[in-house]
Amino acid sequence: MSHLELDMSILEPELLAELDAYIDSLPDPRGSIIAVLHKAQELNGYLPRELQLYVARRTGLPTAKINGIVTFYSFFSEVPSGVYTISVCTGTACFVKGAQEVLDRFREELKLEEDEPMTEDGLFSINDVRCIGACGLAPVVRVNERIFGHVKPDQVSEIIAQHRKEAADAS
Amino acid sequence: MSQENKSAGIPLPNIFDRPANTVSLTINDIPVTVNRNSTILEAATKAGVHIPTLCHLALDGFDIHSETSSCRVCVVEVEGRPRLVTSCSEKVVEGMVVRTDSPRAIRGRRTNLELLLSNHPRACLTCAKNLDCELQKLARDMSIREITYKGERKRFDIEYSSRAIIKDPDKCIMCRRCETMCNDVQTVHVLSALGRGFDSVVGPAFHADLGETTCTFCGQCVAVCPTAALTEVNETSRVWRALHDEKKHVVVQVAPAVRVAIGEMFGMAPGSISTGKIATALRRLGFDAVFDTNWGADLTVVEEASELVSRIQNGGPMPILTSCCPAWVNFIESQFPDMLHIPSTSKSPMIMLGAMAKSYYAQERGIDPDSIVVVSIMPCLAKKAEAARPELSKDENQNVDIVISTREFGHMLQEIGIDFPNLVESDFDSLMGESTGASIIFGTTGGVIEAACRTAYEILMEEPLERVELTQLRGLEGIRSGTVMFGDTPIRIGIAHGLGNARRLLEGLRSGEYEFEAIEIMACPGGCIGGGGQPYHHGDMDVLQDRQRALYREDRNTPLRKSHENPMIRRIYDEFLGTPYGEKAHELLHTEYTAREKI
Repeated sequence: MSHLELDMSILEPELLAELDAYIDSLPDPRGSIIAVLHKAQELNGYLPRELQLYVARRTGLPTAKINGIVTFYSFFSEVPSGVYTISVCTGTACFVKGAQEVLDRFREELKLEEDEPMTEDGLFSINDVRCIGACGLAPVVRVNERIFGHVKPDQVSEIIAQHRKEAADAS
Repeated sequence: MSQENKSAGIPLPNIFDRPANTVSLTINDIPVTVNRNSTILEAATKAGVHIPTLCHLALDGFDIHSETSSCRVCVVEVEGRPRLVTSCSEKVVEGMVVRTDSPRAIRGRRTNLELLLSNHPRACLTCAKNLDCELQKLARDMSIREITYKGERKRFDIEYSSRAIIKDPDKCIMCRRCETMCNDVQTVHVLSALGRGFDSVVGPAFHADLGETTCTFCGQCVAVCPTAALTEVNETSRVWRALHDEKKHVVVQVAPAVRVAIGEMFGMAPGSISTGKIATALRRLGFDAVFDTNWGADLTVVEEASELVSRIQNGGPMPILTSCCPAWVNFIESQFPDMLHIPSTSKSPMIMLGAMAKSYYAQERGIDPDSIVVVSIMPCLAKKAEAARPELSKDENQNVDIVISTREFGHMLQEIGIDFPNLVESDFDSLMGESTGASIIFGTTGGVIEAACRTAYEILMEEPLERVELTQLRGLEGIRSGTVMFGDTPIRIGIAHGLGNARRLLEGLRSGEYEFEAIEIMACPGGCIGGGGQPYHHGDMDVLQDRQRALYREDRNTPLRKSHENPMIRRIYDEFLGTPYGEKAHELLHTEYTAREKI
């Protein structure tokens, strides 16, 4: 039944050096473990098991405790995400204004099943999130830090195209 | 407080006639005075009012407490409070008026229990904890006849790959007692709540199998689990199969702590000594030979004491650590890999007896060792994992083939309808069944090192030890120390039980805070009497004390009290092993330790 295959060599030495420097700059790394995990996720994009284990060993905290924290807070992710994370708010206000149809349309257009972390080209991930506090704009969609309000299902392909173009221009 | 009372127009209670550290209140109109800082639950117990609990765990003798207040089946009504309060965590205040019997309190407790049951498999008939389950008992006590709440039920895989502990999260009620034992008491830190909300579950990091973690299989999580979310891997069917296989020669051994606990499963008082009844019961089950792990313990003492003497004479390494507790061995291998040179290399009594059964006994009786099946009845779940260690084998043969717990043994007896309390008594087979009082006390904290000192003293001093009871080593404190004088030389002994205490002791040793010549460590609180495979004590610490007293009583009642005086031990050295701690003894009775890096 064994299923735990950890390959610590996937962790980039430069990334670990930067994380180490951050941890060493803290007066009490164990007491600031959430900040340490934030930093790790900021550097790596997500928190693979290997990185959680590294943080555990480096801070001397139990791996189970680290994994408990990472799986409790929805901000932390154990799976990689695309360049653009599309967060569709499914809080009460957005939901009654048709957020589910918007969410379904994103999944359909990007051919992304619910349990898939990102599109094959690594460009998009989809999240359904609870109320992001912009009910006046319901239904609201956030792409990384960019907010789209009053989104209708028909606008979905346009939002996707806009970001595809942006990514193409950037590269 | 006084201002609040004035504004409410309530006269101030007269607090001057009582010691300032007590508080008076009423529970169901019964007046009761308790220490400040008591909980309502503690006050209710004093007032003779029973409040049901489930997640709450208080092992006062060991200062072990789990207070998550998560199950909410202990809620009561407090006058002036808008909501029901959890009596296990709410502290009493002066003049408090508590009702546990109001319709609202009763309804609240029922609702909370029904909600727990609505997310539970309710497969009691075929459950390992049937009639031994705290959730089931609550459902009966509260006369639950139907569960009004219908809804989704959590579904997780059952994990049993360790061959020692089964984890079945569907039966978990998230009381977190296991986390308290694993993290706070044992400091092994394998378990944590993972995920959140309805999907949350208690388990190791990354949902790893227990065998992939630093789990020591001490089984203390199993000992406190109120349901069957954590139980032992049941091996009784393998024992039955072996017993019914005519080609197999099935021998059995019983650990010291089993004989002072098994009776509890048959309504006998805790601390009843059942040695003779066990021997009779095992013959009824059909074992071909009935051995006593105590004999193995006597052999271990002779080897370990010889090793201690050798280290004293040859300048170390010091101190020597006892190594008969398999959970402790698992712990030091993963937590203190830099200290693996100090434990005694002696195998545990169980493994020594197994090794002797497949060599000496096989030769003596002219039996093919391959046809011998060694079954061990142990108070312990880590013994299951120990028996499976590849290095504890010879020529493809494990020293011990099957390990069952005290509980599994009790269930086998119940299965074939043995009237245990009324069995006539008989003796173990003489060849590997005769033992001394020294071996009996292996089952309690402090016992192994006391037994080892009795023998080491006589080897080193070459004179009889007059006072065999080394009471300075006895007790139930988590970390103890005592000195035994070997002539003019003080031998300083450290003792720890519970892995958290073991960790503190080893860290103290590393830092130079402690200096000892010998150390005994037992993973379970109390030693093997409190092992993870023993009949459930359900939080009653008196049970452990009764078991401990019984072991010391049995030691006193045994004619021979020093392991090296056991005639059957002398015989095996004369006829088979040669000298203690010699070449053949090394080959058969000693092992080595490996550092293990796990999550």
